[in-house]
Amino acid sequence: MNIQLSAMMIMPEIIMTVLALAIVVVDLFVKRKDIVALLSLITAGVVAYATLNGSSGEAFSAMYIADGYSVFFKLVFIISLILTILISVKYIEIEEINLGEYYTLMLFATLGMMVMASAGDIISLYIGLELMALSLYTLAGFMTHNTKSNEAALKYFLLGAFASALLLYGTSLIYGITGTTNLKAIAAYLSVHGVAGNPALMFSLILFIAAFSFKIAAVPFHMWAPDVYEGAPTSVTAFMSVGPKAAGFAAMGRVFLIAFGSLQLNWAAILIPVAILTMAVGNVMALTQTNIKRMLAYSSVAHAGYALMGIIAGGSEGVAGMMNYLMIYAFMNMGAFAVVIMLNTKESKGDQITDYIGLAKSHPFASILMLIFMFSLTGIPPTAGFIGKFYIFMAVVKAGYAWFAAVAVIFSVISAYFYLRIVMLMYMMEPTAELSLSTSTGTGLALLIAALAVISIGVLPSGVISLARAAIAGF
Amino acid sequence: MEDIILNKLNYPILTITTFLPMVGALIILFLRNDRLIRWVALATTIAAFIVSLPIYQHFDKTTFKMQFVEMHQWIPAFNINYSFGVDGISILFIILSTLLSILSVLVSWKSIQKKVKGFFIALLITEASMIGIFVSMDLFLFYLFWETMLIPMFLMIGIWGGQNRVYAAIKFVLFTLAGSVFMLVGMIVLYYAGGKTFDILALSKVNYPVTLQIWLFIAFLAAFAVKVPMFPVHTWLPDAHTEAPTAGSVILAGILLKMGGYGFLRFSLPMFPEASKMFLIPMIALSITAIIYGAYVTLMQKDLKRLIAYSSVSHMGFVTLGIFTLNATGLEGGILQMINHGVVTGALFMCIGIIYERTHTRVIADYGGLARAVPLFVIFFSIFTLAASGFPGMNSFMGEFLILSGAFKATLTGGAISIWGVVLGVIYMFWLYYRVVCKDVNPVIEHHLYDIDAREIVALIPLVILIFFIGVQPEALLSYMHVSVQHLVERVNGVGGGGMEVLNTVKAVGEALK
Repeated sequence: MNIQLSAMMIMPEIIMTVLALAIVVVDLFVKRKDIVALLSLITAGVVAYATLNGSSGEAFSAMYIADGYSVFFKLVFIISLILTILISVKYIEIEEINLGEYYTLMLFATLGMMVMASAGDIISLYIGLELMALSLYTLAGFMTHNTKSNEAALKYFLLGAFASALLLYGTSLIYGITGTTNLKAIAAYLSVHGVAGNPALMFSLILFIAAFSFKIAAVPFHMWAPDVYEGAPTSVTAFMSVGPKAAGFAAMGRVFLIAFGSLQLNWAAILIPVAILTMAVGNVMALTQTNIKRMLAYSSVAHAGYALMGIIAGGSEGVAGMMNYLMIYAFMNMGAFAVVIMLNTKESKGDQITDYIGLAKSHPFASILMLIFMFSLTGIPPTAGFIGKFYIFMAVVKAGYAWFAAVAVIFSVISAYFYLRIVMLMYMMEPTAELSLSTSTGTGLALLIAALAVISIGVLPSGVISLARAAIAGF
Repeated sequence: MEDIILNKLNYPILTITTFLPMVGALIILFLRNDRLIRWVALATTIAAFIVSLPIYQHFDKTTFKMQFVEMHQWIPAFNINYSFGVDGISILFIILSTLLSILSVLVSWKSIQKKVKGFFIALLITEASMIGIFVSMDLFLFYLFWETMLIPMFLMIGIWGGQNRVYAAIKFVLFTLAGSVFMLVGMIVLYYAGGKTFDILALSKVNYPVTLQIWLFIAFLAAFAVKVPMFPVHTWLPDAHTEAPTAGSVILAGILLKMGGYGFLRFSLPMFPEASKMFLIPMIALSITAIIYGAYVTLMQKDLKRLIAYSSVSHMGFVTLGIFTLNATGLEGGILQMINHGVVTGALFMCIGIIYERTHTRVIADYGGLARAVPLFVIFFSIFTLAASGFPGMNSFMGEFLILSGAFKATLTGGAISIWGVVLGVIYMFWLYYRVVCKDVNPVIEHHLYDIDAREIVALIPLVILIFFIGVQPEALLSYMHVSVQHLVERVNGVGGGGMEVLNTVKAVGEALK
């Protein structure tokens, strides 16, 4: 494999790096930060184009894989990046954190995720993960004058560093057993040498599960999520709840289904209770929240549980189901956060659930969009959220876990209560105070994209499903 | 393909009937004038009704096959088709839906004053999903409509409902959702067991292992029992009915409850025949419990709407009893009684809505002497009361009679006990009538009363006509279902008695009445 070919395969990442660095420089000379935002959007567009038209194969001695799987995930990251930038412009102006670095950090975080999705080796995976995580720690604490934001950053950093250490520890054990960190080489070694009962291997498996559980905010490693989601700037929260989570799943899919594919029975035995607990804790804890960001944090914990079901089901259907779910989740969750961010004005933070009382009266358009997103998050047709859950359940039942699907739907019913409570407050209560929204072109555009996607995927899901299926053809 | 007859009309009649209300909703979205919105809504529902009429004209009564079939690929990844079709079991529900929707618009004319636009959009989307449920030939499509309906119903109860509306709306959604999600899992299991298809006809032909049938029967039962509602999951119904606006109550009682019964007929019986037979005794026992318990609870209600709501529990008990007799007489009685219940209970809710608009109280104790104050209204109310109590010559009599004769064939004890439900039905309806209509005019409401106007009469007349028409000519409706029901009975029991048997029963009753 010559170096030129390899370079072609990481072209999207190279473009992203160069343009992001260029933006850092341009930022020095530009006063108006919305121009930086625009440049970032263009960067995202160029990278998306390069990703879709890039060459595929294994680069740098299989350290790096460009395939349909990685392209699909990169699209999810770029979609969440674009939507985040769109909702950020007005918000960071209101919060007076209108710095150019905000956008470059977003770009670098996305770059890290892209590397994670393409990682064919635990080392390259780790590099991507750290790039993503370090950018996000900074972004979480971006409101330097706000103690909650500082707390979020510190908490995220300490726990994130801990999770990284677990990942490295697991990697070192694997290296000790198999003598390689390459995912396919690990798989080959494990299938040749029957080491299933090896305690060190099992221990490293547990370490990997713990590390990834942290990244996707699965129980019992979800504790950071509510605090960080609440404290971080809302736009960053929106980004964190979608992009990094999807990146965690992308890496998880490769590590568990390729490297540890032969140990599926072992890790499924651990992941099934993890997934059930994740859905249970996420949905039940969300019931009692009074802060919408915390509620959505627990909701995102719960959604990680559903996506995990796809990995547990395994096989091409399971992975495609998981990918499909994350794509849909990106749209509906981003949409919900776009509404949340509109309630944030100079006068009011608007992050209490009670702030939604009577919203439908003063802002019918924002309310109907929020209604669509809430029904979608619950998983009621004809919204995309239903298609996401449907595909996951199809895969799980196919894999022979019909009871697992039955458990999952019970939690779905529980989730209906807290999502519909928002609808209830908006539509069925009289407003107590005058409400104003911070609208902007960017937010409007983001809402439009998200709502259109949620409805159209809900009614005509064929496109996304076949995209996900085509993406795993070479997986 | 041998089980279907493709649509021979040169336009997709079922698609148009289903989505016409959606188009109306879309038009209303862009209107600002409340008056205009009401007229557009009325025009849309009438148009949907008229469009649905050729279905009856061209329907071939001599076959059990699905007719007017439209089939297009929709989600090839899961072999899901957009396929619509009608057979003898579903055909009557379509006209019931389109007719009751017109009346729902009429009764909401004055009573809905706030957020008029949203209300009629919700109403029209509800209509579209109701029709969609009855014409879907694909399980996935069916489920899509089944769940979609929750959204507008939730909003209708929660926004335009009474005092306790929010509680009732959330209770309604959580109960229904809790039931239907198990059906979702069940239908996915069915997909793999039935050869990777969601096609209802294909799935109905497979003979599933008995253990699987039992599990799937339970999963589908969860959804249908909540919708019907069967005892003991009926508790959402009194709240939802009571708090919903009149149009919401009419749709809930008239059509939404029928979706459960329809589900039993379309899925549980033909797909899980062994399990249906195994669950026969528990299902009949639950039905009889609903009939008797529902009737007793109805007797002690102090609120007009709550009373009618609980009487629905009792009436729907008759329906499930008829279905689970598993013989043609009982099944046809069950279907007919669903239509009858839709007409009569819909009418009673409309009456209550009309009188509530004037008095703003639903407490029975506040009423009395309506016969003196609003005689025209009382004429209608008397007819509906008689119909609800199963008076001979009116529609419910025919339905209940068929159900009971089916029940006696299936189980003598069961039939004997459920007769008591009929007696109780007469008691609670007549006692209600006595308290509301007779005696002197209650001073609490005396000054608010004025008689019904032309719009209200127009809304009630069709129901009166239907009540007498079905009562005297039940065969006009039953003739649509004979062949389909016979086919169903054969599927469940092997070979069994069919339409002729029912015809004879009906004729015998006709003779006796003369």
